[in-house]
Amino acid sequence: MSLNQNILVKLKQAGFRINGKWLVKGVSLQIEKGKIVTLIGPNGSGKSTTAKIALGIYKKIDGEVEKYTNKVGYVPQKISIDWTLPLRVNDFMVLTENLKDEAINEALSLTGVIHLKDKNLGDLSGGEFQRVLLARAISKKPDLLVLDEPVQGVDFTGEIALYELIKKISDELNCGILLISHDLHTVMSATDHVVCLNGHVCCSGSPLDVAKNNEYKALFGEQASQILTRYKHSHDHIHTSEGEIKKN
Amino acid sequence: MLDDFFIRALLAGLGIAFVTGPLGCFVIWRRLSYFGDTLAHSALLGVTLAYTLEFNIALSVFIISSLIALILIQLQKRTNLPGDALLGLLAHSSLAVGLVVIGFLTFIRFDIMGLLFGDILAVTTEDLLIIWIGGPLILLILKLIWKPLFASTVNYELAEAEGLNPDRAKAIFTILMAGIIAISIKMVGLLLITGMLIIPAAMARNISSSPQSMVIYSVLGGLLSVILGLFTSLQFNTSSGPSIIAASLFLFILSLVKIKQSIKLKN
Repeated sequence: MSLNQNILVKLKQAGFRINGKWLVKGVSLQIEKGKIVTLIGPNGSGKSTTAKIALGIYKKIDGEVEKYTNKVGYVPQKISIDWTLPLRVNDFMVLTENLKDEAINEALSLTGVIHLKDKNLGDLSGGEFQRVLLARAISKKPDLLVLDEPVQGVDFTGEIALYELIKKISDELNCGILLISHDLHTVMSATDHVVCLNGHVCCSGSPLDVAKNNEYKALFGEQASQILTRYKHSHDHIHTSEGEIKKN
Repeated sequence: MLDDFFIRALLAGLGIAFVTGPLGCFVIWRRLSYFGDTLAHSALLGVTLAYTLEFNIALSVFIISSLIALILIQLQKRTNLPGDALLGLLAHSSLAVGLVVIGFLTFIRFDIMGLLFGDILAVTTEDLLIIWIGGPLILLILKLIWKPLFASTVNYELAEAEGLNPDRAKAIFTILMAGIIAISIKMVGLLLITGMLIIPAAMARNISSSPQSMVIYSVLGGLLSVILGLFTSLQFNTSSGPSIIAASLFLFILSLVKIKQSIKLKN
């Protein structure tokens, strides 16, 4: 066991390669209870690969992964349901764990898709499907949540609500979250620790530390850096979808 | 009662249909129809070995089919040939080797047609015993691995990430496939076993809205195919395998009518 009882997963210089080509290498990070770690980086920078290493999906890896929990909820980046498989939302919710009906309803209500419970998965829109994926992952009250672009395709207001929900879940369940996101605004508002990837770890630290980092600026541009630093000064209000500023 | 060959055939067929129903759903979901074919083709080798060594046919087929599945897994790891080429390689070479071995066994008269297409006259009380002990056993094991197997069918990485051990479920499922082929070879014949697995399940897909209902309809479709097919076989003196498969095809076509209606309703 680790000395720190709060650690759920620890990656030590972890890397993964296929046919000699590194997808990602030298990643060290740890996810603790109640904390949100976010992976950012351009396409193909190894974000999903890192998540899969942490989840233990990839077996033949370089470096080490220490995992201290088996209660895991996972929202993969891509999932396609074949037509040959008749699957309703309700069936999908109990895919990896038998749940009571109340638990299913609660999770579906939280992500705002309780009305879709008896619908066929194939009939859902992209955003609806993401909400169902998220509901399924949180319904089993996991210790560790791994969310790979969990709000892709979700409408703007929904996106904000879902990120708030993710933050709330992390606090209420005291679970650790590994989040992959493209949305730098959200990354900074809810995250405890940011890891910036580009085939390796460019930089990591608190959102503000990362924003000031030169490698980060090189990767995302000066503007992105300003987004983050500006955020720091505006945490007393939120921007509504109409562009107005609302005081908290 | 059980002395009557027809009753024996009926009991055997029904026992098989209970098992092919749920397994067939997984064959369709996991796109394993050609894999099932390969195992079934290799069954001929199992049958010839059983005759040569005076061994139980079902057990011999089970062992050979499992072995072929193992070889397939090893080949997949060691070569870069695509999966369907490997399956074809194993299916046809094991069929060929089986036929060559038959050629050497001149001291035994083989009913090749019966082996390939099933023979309702061939079902013995011992076969019935194997079907009605082996069948429920396969179903029981399938029920035990249902969760990981089904979850990994939907999404392998999800199942792996959430700790369901999909690789183990897949290995056990492969053995169950070898098992159903072993117990149904006499009845349906090795060329048509895959049909018994996929046609009722395909029919069921057309009229189901959940995995559970698909399994139930698949079983019902299989049972009905066996009854219809065997009565036809008795009536017109046709091989039992083709008669059962033709009956299931008939049910599949009926289910298409139903699908057409629901598409119309949607529009």
